Amino acid sequence: MMRAVPAASSVDMTTTLAGLELPSPVLTASGCAAAGREIDQFVDITTIGGVVTKSVMREARSGRATPRMAETPSGMLNGIGLQGPGIDSFIEKDLAWLERRGARTIVSIAGGTFDEYQYVAARLAGAEGVAAIEVNISCPNVAERGLVFACDPMASARAVSIVRNVTPAHIPVLAKLSPDVTDITAIARAVVDAGASGVSLINTLLGMVIDTTTLKPRLSGRTGGLSGPAIRPVAVRAVYQVRAMFPDLPILGMGGIRTGLDALEFLAAGANAVSVGTVVFNDPMSLVRIHDELADALAERGYSSLREVVSAAHL
Amino acid sequence: MPVQVTGEIVSNTKAGDYHVLTMTGKGIPEDAKPGQFVALSVGGELGSTLLRRAFSIYKAQSRGAYGGTIDIVVSPHGPGTDWLANQQRGDRVNLIGPLGKPFALPRDPVPCVLVGGGYGSAPLFMLADALAARGCRVDVILGASNGSKLFGVVDARRIASTLSITTDDGSVGTKGRVTDLLPRVIQRAQSAVVYACGPMAMLRAVSEVSTANGAHSQTAVEESMACGIGVCMTCVLPVIGDDGQTRMVRSCVDGPSFHGNRVRWDAVGTVPEGTIGAPIAGGH
Repeated sequence: MMRAVPAASSVDMTTTLAGLELPSPVLTASGCAAAGREIDQFVDITTIGGVVTKSVMREARSGRATPRMAETPSGMLNGIGLQGPGIDSFIEKDLAWLERRGARTIVSIAGGTFDEYQYVAARLAGAEGVAAIEVNISCPNVAERGLVFACDPMASARAVSIVRNVTPAHIPVLAKLSPDVTDITAIARAVVDAGASGVSLINTLLGMVIDTTTLKPRLSGRTGGLSGPAIRPVAVRAVYQVRAMFPDLPILGMGGIRTGLDALEFLAAGANAVSVGTVVFNDPMSLVRIHDELADALAERGYSSLREVVSAAHL
Repeated sequence: MPVQVTGEIVSNTKAGDYHVLTMTGKGIPEDAKPGQFVALSVGGELGSTLLRRAFSIYKAQSRGAYGGTIDIVVSPHGPGTDWLANQQRGDRVNLIGPLGKPFALPRDPVPCVLVGGGYGSAPLFMLADALAARGCRVDVILGASNGSKLFGVVDARRIASTLSITTDDGSVGTKGRVTDLLPRVIQRAQSAVVYACGPMAMLRAVSEVSTANGAHSQTAVEESMACGIGVCMTCVLPVIGDDGQTRMVRSCVDGPSFHGNRVRWDAVGTVPEGTIGAPIAGGH
């Protein structure tokens, strides 16, 4: 059954993210909603804030061998290995479908080299239907023996700068940051100086699960990304810290959001909009449910607009 | 199109080592076809187990005292399945379905063999009814490690021209494996198609034996899934497409049934060389 976000709510649930006007603050999260088509069976994807697509790279990728995931307390560990069709097929099939459908599409891009980021972003620069780009910099840098771009301020800045330079000025570029750093505000500073229009906070945390029968790592890739409600306080902290340093920076917050009150925490910490990721696996309709619960929570607290609570924790 | 609904447990009955759960789920029983599955959330709304559990649809009744109901078979072996096995009449569950591609049915009324391993046999009985309705002869082979892990013997007796049973320990039926008996069953009935559901190793063996005996095989795989709807990308396995190329495909939306000779059984759990987008040396 398809549910639409109710238009008749007393609370103004619109928000602005890096210049994008969104009818709802609730978006999908990269890697948790493919390219929108499957989720559209359960929620009308044109009524949610937007679809953040699974990170796309230059070439088609098979991803890793199975097992690719392990359930963890209030979360999961995943190591998919960025399985995807490659940028050409993505533009031709997935992006074209999203545009026809009328979704607001934030395309997540990834690369193993700076050249790959540039190539993928340049291909998207000529494509229709891109509302914004999210740069997934939590990828191993092939030239630096696998050091993740997002863990190095210089590499993060360079990847973002390259994408910014080939992306039309009216299309916002969000940098998705990793929490696996000593000081996330230092990385935020680097990407903002490199031209990021805003930041997405946070990517998964690096983790490991050991199979207690085989005594070997459960995932074929050994390590994986931890997500879900288990990481929510880490994400709220990251949003709060970055907001404290950048009062006006557009922030898309994510990390274990399951309910409207979870979303409210992110808004109060400083997020302008939120992505729901792992919880969509559990509840595809959560994208609408969380919107409704948030609207109720705001109404109960006497707010007439969502914008009134953004960064409320800092006042 | 699948729906996400809250259903109610109508009954929970033990069947050997398994539990048969009957539940409502508006829209699912009416649409369910043989070989499709449902994905259930477990642990309740505030629970810490977020990943959906997938279950073959064992029975679907679109009418009855409770309206439409579906039956699934649960083998308690972890926090999610233990929770489900403890649900009682009146408890609520959230389910998504019907999911996955149904079994492909033969156009002509050809003889078919249905092979089930353990509670993997669950989807085969709806299939048997659909095949019988088309005039197909149906022979059934059920196997398990022991008698209490066999599932569906009574159903099979009702529908099958012949029923063969194997157990690893010989406690019921013939001691051995389903594939020990499969060649004889295929030859006796001149079967054209073998349908199988159960553990990966069994499916591989069934596929090989079927091919060797001139029968097509349709194998329903049991890969662990996080979502069941095609977005998490965890339930993949290497399958050869119509173009002869191997891809890592999602068993939830591209399966769970595959032509047995299209699955790269030897390479399940790996990304075999030559797969589209496979890692190259030094790559991912």
